Amino acid sequence: MIVATMGNMTTFIDLLTTPLQYEFMQRGMIAAILVGIVCAVVGAYVVLRGMAFFGDALAHTILPGIALGYLFSGGARDVLFWWALGTAVVAALGIGAISKNSQIKEDTAIGIIFAGMFALGIALISTVRSYAVDLSHFLFGDVLSVSTHSLWLILIFGGIVLLIIFAFYKEFTTISFDPILAATLRLPVNLFNNLLLTLIAVTVAVSLQTVGVALMVAMLVTPAATAYLLTHRLSHMMALAAVFASLSGIIGLYLSFYLSIASGAAIVLTATVFFIIAFGWKRIQQK
Amino acid sequence: MYPHTHHLTTQPVLDVSSLTVRYNGRVALEDITFHLHEGERVAIVGPNGAGKSTLIKVIAGVLQPNSGEVNIFGSRPRGHVCIGYIPQRNQVDWAFPVSVADVVMMGRSAKLGPLNWPHKKDWEVVHHALETVELSHLAARQISQLSGGQQQRMFIARALAQESELMLMDEPLTGLDTPSQEGILNLLDRLKAEKVTVMVATHDLDQAASHFDRIMLLNHKMIAFDEPQKVLHTDNLLKAYGGRLRPVDGENILTVDDCCDDGEHDHIH
Repeated sequence: MIVATMGNMTTFIDLLTTPLQYEFMQRGMIAAILVGIVCAVVGAYVVLRGMAFFGDALAHTILPGIALGYLFSGGARDVLFWWALGTAVVAALGIGAISKNSQIKEDTAIGIIFAGMFALGIALISTVRSYAVDLSHFLFGDVLSVSTHSLWLILIFGGIVLLIIFAFYKEFTTISFDPILAATLRLPVNLFNNLLLTLIAVTVAVSLQTVGVALMVAMLVTPAATAYLLTHRLSHMMALAAVFASLSGIIGLYLSFYLSIASGAAIVLTATVFFIIAFGWKRIQQK
Repeated sequence: MYPHTHHLTTQPVLDVSSLTVRYNGRVALEDITFHLHEGERVAIVGPNGAGKSTLIKVIAGVLQPNSGEVNIFGSRPRGHVCIGYIPQRNQVDWAFPVSVADVVMMGRSAKLGPLNWPHKKDWEVVHHALETVELSHLAARQISQLSGGQQQRMFIARALAQESELMLMDEPLTGLDTPSQEGILNLLDRLKAEKVTVMVATHDLDQAASHFDRIMLLNHKMIAFDEPQKVLHTDNLLKAYGGRLRPVDGENILTVDDCCDDGEHDHIH
């Protein structure tokens, strides 16, 4: 009996440690956890301010930027971060300005820009012969190919995002909850709105390799929405969302390893399962 | 530090002159001129769409007038953090994950300045404000768990934590039951002792008459602005409410066809 149990224990530990013998898995894990935390914290504001569509659009809008970087660099991955970052910041502030000043409704304006830019990105990438494979990496992520260099970029820029949110937590929260109060308090509301858009843009660039542009919105909203169901304090929501996102990253990568499914999809599916469980639990509690 | 204008205490709390506001070519407010004294309680009364919300927003400095001037203690609204704006309850996202104390602390965002977290003194101000509005026992509750009257009192606490000297309230009594309304009105009476000047938009002429020092009768133009018994005359009311007002059987009673929906907000952005 005891031998059998110990045998099971060993197999379980083996199951957990085997993938970690590969350096690409170690790097992938670290990347998935870091990206998960940053996305979860920024995502709390995305969820509370109803910016999910904006986040989704922003992620898609950076594709032409990535495509240009890809064409210029001849396929090198590490420089793509900078192209993604540049495009994301410009796109975020651009969409922000257009949706404020446009005669057509905000979501329509965003939809037009995002689909147009996305199509441009696909057109650019399709000029390369190996485009199907590369495009799928941009769209759905390829966290297992994250280099040490990329990992540093994720750590530094993700760290900056978290630091800025921590520093201006009360301002971001006040303008999100009650923009009119923020205006009567003479807080620089526009400045903080644009800063928040920029932070979302940086987050998108940081997350590019982990989940890709098509699944990005899931990392921004799903863990944050899960946490939203379970807590009534914003700080707790951010912490809890970070836990769900990290766990999704870890579990997703194991699933990816053992079931041979795409890593980005596995991470997002895990996060979705967490949401469904929280949603169901909440429903049962309310009965 | 965030901008902060100092007060010239020799100047009236609020001085509004020749204020005109237009929305999409329609006149919302026309040539409004008045001033308020310290500690005064004023009710703004008028039909739906009369411009009550607009006037409050212009004074709060969140809306720019087309012409005219608003001066608060001698300077423009922009530099002031002493204006407490209390929103209509339906403009608030009650599912937002914040506690009652968190919301009241938001009133101190500007006083704290950037990169500062609340100090012990700020929490003391917040708890004192919650005591004043009798919500201390609910400080840790998520805001959706409050009743309508408690929600309104939370915003008054926020304005107190903000150390506001001019409190602007947009329909604070709409949709509340009678005891809650009385609670709020009594609270406003107590604020007089703290020299807080209060300006309230309301539908209820009775309450305006019984709880406020002066009544402003508004319908795009200012029809009257004086003590309640001098304002509430048939002539004035007919001017403000027009066809919506009916004398009852030749007696000295008037009824007003007015409801509490927020038609006024359809053209406010």
